[in-house]
Amino acid sequence: MIDYYAVLGIPRGLNLSVDDVQQRYYALSRELHPDRFMQKPEAERQRALDMSSALNDAYRTLKDPIKRAQYLLSLEGFDIGEQRSKDVPAELLEEVFELNMALEEMRGGDDSARPQLEAAEKNFGGMLAASDQELVALFAKYDAGQSRDVLAQIRNVLNRRKYVQNLVSEVEKTLIPS
Amino acid sequence: MEIDFTATGHIVGIDLGTTNSLVAFMDLTGPRIIPGADGDKLVPSVVSIAPSGEVVVGNPARELLITQPERSVYSVKRLMGRGLADVAEELKLFPFHIAPGSESVIQLQLGDRTFTPPEISALVLRQLKQNAEDYFGVPVDKAVITVPAYFNDAQRQATKDAGRIAGLEVLRLVNEPTAAALAYGLDKRENGIVAVYDLGGGTFDISILKLHDGIFEVLATNGDTHLGGDDIDNLLLRIALEDVATEWGQDLSKDREGVQRLRRAVIQAKERLSFVPAASIELEYHGKKYQREINRELFDKLITPIVNRTLGPCRDCIKDAGVTVGQIDEVVMVGGSTRIPLVRSAVENLFRSLPHTELNPDEVVALGAAVQAAILSGTVDNKLLLDVTPLSLGIETMGGVVSRLIHRNSTIPASATENFTTGVDGQTNVLIHVVQGERELVKDNRSLARFDLKGIDPVQAGMARIEVRFLIDANGILSVTARDQRTGKEHSVEVKPSYGLTDEQVEKMIQESFEQAEQDFAARQVREQRVEADAILLAVEKARRHDAYFELSDEERAAIDKSLNELLLVYNSDDHHLIAAKIEQVNQATMKLAENMMNTAVRGALKGTKI
Repeated sequence: MIDYYAVLGIPRGLNLSVDDVQQRYYALSRELHPDRFMQKPEAERQRALDMSSALNDAYRTLKDPIKRAQYLLSLEGFDIGEQRSKDVPAELLEEVFELNMALEEMRGGDDSARPQLEAAEKNFGGMLAASDQELVALFAKYDAGQSRDVLAQIRNVLNRRKYVQNLVSEVEKTLIPS
Repeated sequence: MEIDFTATGHIVGIDLGTTNSLVAFMDLTGPRIIPGADGDKLVPSVVSIAPSGEVVVGNPARELLITQPERSVYSVKRLMGRGLADVAEELKLFPFHIAPGSESVIQLQLGDRTFTPPEISALVLRQLKQNAEDYFGVPVDKAVITVPAYFNDAQRQATKDAGRIAGLEVLRLVNEPTAAALAYGLDKRENGIVAVYDLGGGTFDISILKLHDGIFEVLATNGDTHLGGDDIDNLLLRIALEDVATEWGQDLSKDREGVQRLRRAVIQAKERLSFVPAASIELEYHGKKYQREINRELFDKLITPIVNRTLGPCRDCIKDAGVTVGQIDEVVMVGGSTRIPLVRSAVENLFRSLPHTELNPDEVVALGAAVQAAILSGTVDNKLLLDVTPLSLGIETMGGVVSRLIHRNSTIPASATENFTTGVDGQTNVLIHVVQGERELVKDNRSLARFDLKGIDPVQAGMARIEVRFLIDANGILSVTARDQRTGKEHSVEVKPSYGLTDEQVEKMIQESFEQAEQDFAARQVREQRVEADAILLAVEKARRHDAYFELSDEERAAIDKSLNELLLVYNSDDHHLIAAKIEQVNQATMKLAENMMNTAVRGALKGTKI
């Protein structure tokens, strides 16, 4: 696996200055982009293509806190397989059950479920925000001690977050059919 | 200022449009459009085969489109990189003459010849190349060509093929709105968030970019490769055809010339409506007259559904870019259709700011392509485009579900690696199906290619470990490499594009195009020699009345007559060498005459001079 931190020349960590990452990305792009190697021999052009694709992949991954955390987890050997939809976090069981009922009604053409879905959308949106807060704190904790226990906690929050995120998109799709 | 030939190394920028195409270059004074021999900057993307078999492109082809529609084609960009099933809608609305045998690659019938869409585009490109060569006086063989940002892999590949067939090395495909932003940023703005709304003849793109000290970073792009001014033309044409059917009691839609004349009348009315409150569609044909006035109000009502189709992609793009409408500093309008007042007001309403219309919407893309050409040549080194791939790339997994490897709006070059294994003991190959699109199921996405990983060591099921690397290059085109992780051996990856031309087909077309170009070149040389012959014949005719002619001996005069007769005999031959030889003979025979005339002139001049 390519070390994206090394590509961007920054130390391994979870709380990053996005501005700093962007500055480095722009500066490195000016050097490595294939545009700069058009007049060079084929081997150098191929190298530029490989380096700049790695740079773009690194920037895309590390500028986003969620992708960054997922990447670091896999770099540290954690399995971050897709969260299966039937693995409902225990504390959400009741809410998810009610939500699914409302979604069924709405899809069946019963518009009376709309206020309930809108409330659920808000509620789950709040949960996402709370998860993000939690992550910021956990990121700082990890950066301070590089503890694997903290990484395990982060993985749990990410899984839960992903689950809630999927619920929110389901609700959005049902409220505004594309 | 002198044109700096060496500066860009003759890399031109080309906007290969649905309706019009342009070629531009950049020197120290900035980018500029190269006009054609007729002085026109726009070369209509129309190709026609004259009765003589000569290929005609641009303005003259647009005339032939009216008089010989069955030997002409326009809007071929709509067919680039597409299969027959993809273009069923197009075929209902456009008079494309599909030739038999179009199952794998579409073949267009023009008279008794057939062409694929890339070959037609190559003919337009060849004309632009010629215009640039005439302008510079030296060969041009490298180009940057623009494509709609929302073009998929097959459409991009088809455009690249067209360049190769035309004898151009396509150094880069640049997305049209990005090119426009480059020209705009050069001119107007260095920093900020800019949206480019590009509604052309046949395609619509919206891109949102962040401009930062010379870096043009595309944040997101969206669009529709089947939406443009053509659709408005077809809408008005349908109405006019219905009118004519009622008024004349005649179904004009089967009359190809009649349809093309009416189409032109419709386009003229549409264009006028951008500047005046009412315009009429007028047709005089076979002694009959049709006239219908359309006012702005009716026009707006008619085209509202078309204009509204651009708004969804705009909203999605804003969302994907992760910006709010309020954060967008400017909206730049590109493409001829953005002259329509309703389009402008729709954009103004959505973005809540007055769109920029001061750049020529027909030229800005080609100018941007010329800037990119200068970047690639190294003459401009403080600007850099960071573009994105418009569509997600995925592979087919169990149950026909897509596993997404590279998401849409990822900055390119972008890559992804995926590990594959075998499902059966002793299996030596793995089939991989690559698709492009945003939907969950394979069948709802566009099939890009099938790869066959061959030569896997026959081992137990699940033991093989093949790492496949998908790489989207700076042109937005995919390449695939595979490596056996157990043996470290590189695997051959045989690409079967789902649509489009194979390498062998392109090679063959390059050869044919080269031969055709040679024929066309020979025809041009013959024409040039005849022009030369005309000039010398006229000059000798004039000289016969000159005093100097009568100073010649009888033999000398006879020699001149003989050489003139011989020139006239070969004048209509197709051999330019022969005409040139006979011209030279006239030159030789008239040398004494020319000298005498010169001396007379000198004597005359001396007589008039007081020493």
